[in-house]
Amino acid sequence: MSELLVPFQYDYMVKAMWVSGLVGATCAFLSAYLMLKGWSLMGDALAHSIVPGVAGAYLLKIPFAAGAFFAGLLAAIGMWFVRQRSKLREDAVIGIVFTSFFAFGLLLVSINPTAVNVQSIVLGNILGITDGDAAQVAVISVISLSVLALKWKDLMVTFFDETHARTSGLNPTALKILFFTLLSACTVAALQTVGACLVIAMVVTPGATAYLLTDRFGRLLVFSVAIGAATSIIGTYISYFLDGATGGVIVVLQTLVFLAAFVFAPKHGLLASHRAARTEAS
Amino acid sequence: MNAPSIAAENVTVTYSNGHVALKDVTFTLGAGTICGLVGVNGSGKSTLFKTIMGFVRPTTGTVRIAGLPVDDALKRNLVAYVPQSEDVDWNFPVLVEDVVMMGRYGHMGFLRIAGATDHRKVDEALERVGMTAFRTRQIGELSGGQKKRVFLARALAQESSIILLDEPFTGVDVKTETAIVDLLRDLRAKNHLMLVSTHNLGSVPDFCDQVVLINRTLLAAGPTATTFTQANLEKAFGGVLRHFKLAGRDLHADDDRRSVTVLTDDERALVFYGENGGGGANRNADPEDDAK
Repeated sequence: MSELLVPFQYDYMVKAMWVSGLVGATCAFLSAYLMLKGWSLMGDALAHSIVPGVAGAYLLKIPFAAGAFFAGLLAAIGMWFVRQRSKLREDAVIGIVFTSFFAFGLLLVSINPTAVNVQSIVLGNILGITDGDAAQVAVISVISLSVLALKWKDLMVTFFDETHARTSGLNPTALKILFFTLLSACTVAALQTVGACLVIAMVVTPGATAYLLTDRFGRLLVFSVAIGAATSIIGTYISYFLDGATGGVIVVLQTLVFLAAFVFAPKHGLLASHRAARTEAS
Repeated sequence: MNAPSIAAENVTVTYSNGHVALKDVTFTLGAGTICGLVGVNGSGKSTLFKTIMGFVRPTTGTVRIAGLPVDDALKRNLVAYVPQSEDVDWNFPVLVEDVVMMGRYGHMGFLRIAGATDHRKVDEALERVGMTAFRTRQIGELSGGQKKRVFLARALAQESSIILLDEPFTGVDVKTETAIVDLLRDLRAKNHLMLVSTHNLGSVPDFCDQVVLINRTLLAAGPTATTFTQANLEKAFGGVLRHFKLAGRDLHADDDRRSVTVLTDDERALVFYGENGGGGANRNADPEDDAK
């Protein structure tokens, strides 16, 4: 029994658990919107694009969040510019821009090996997070969650029907900018926890799982945030015993929850569809 | 509250790629009106809608709604919009009643928390369009006609005096079409202003008292009786419509000089009957009705 409580005796484990829980909750909140718009890959793109920003920030000794945010912004502007000035499809534009940024980031890291550990960017290093970084992540998450909690309905209307949002006196452009600002901030935070490669899972899987469980957006948000927070905390906890990469454990957990929902969801699951098909046939 | 009106003055819209979508469009619509906005695909109907909704700024000219600039009118919740079915994400996880409640958002405070009035208005709107029994369905589970009614209910709940409807008759059954027309007439009696874009020519004389015909520019605008004529329609549609003219021996056994002209795209045909191709006389012929 006491064996199971061992992780709680270490400050770094406790810190890792609450930090990743916060990040998981925030990313999950955003995932509910992203996957509905078919923008899931946008999270991935942003996460990879901020790598050079993080590397540059360590080099220049400025807060990593500032560098990451700047790089994310540049990437977003880059995507927008290429999209405007060419007939290329969105996926191609996203692909080109984010891989260029990511490659540049890796290059930057490889020629300055002492500046920062590549592995901690790509895979995250939540267990080794410094107090300063933890504070930054906490501030980002708490602010994002508060804004989302206040504005979730406005964002829902904007994402569902922009024209109607406008006729209701909302400003869809401002709300979308707000959303992408929060998304960039949160991918920066998630980078620390699970790394650039797995951020995509954090901003897609919880929302996609919750989508299978309910037909109401409000509940979808609650389910999504619960799944995101729980898998992140439990994943961090389990990683102590497995001695494996925390990000990997968290995302594997999220995938398991998704698979469970995919099969067993009361209305949209595989089994339910089978049952419905059979009732229809008989 | 200001009386509902839409006034477009010399509106020209040029997109950033140099494409002129609308040129020099001027018309005025007042309270208690159902106006049909008629034109072929690509004639600028949707650009005109976008301009009225403030998504597109006119390069020159102005649009005023109830005497106000577009943005102010939208902030005051004066305009409701019923989207085309293709523009809606039917997989979005919202129930019928959630969508109708969105119509109330402009009336709610910062946190968009629904009060007793909001719930009552939603109930009334659902009842009015006959969708109460479906209120807890996810919107994707509805039929074409029911989907349309949900968004009509949202416009009702919004209580705006100006309603824009984008192709409301596409993909709906005859029963829903009649229900929509009845509803629009009710609202007209309550002094609302409705602008309906449609390519369903046959039903226009049925319920529209005003028409605006466009093709990149304004072709004609005014009362249906004097504006919705064969000459103007041929200008608007050119060779796009199927056009049948029956006269003389094909139509009459005697020397009657009247002829029948049928203009049709695919749904309800528009029929002109009378001498000289029949000026403004019109009646719509629904092939399905005839078959019965």
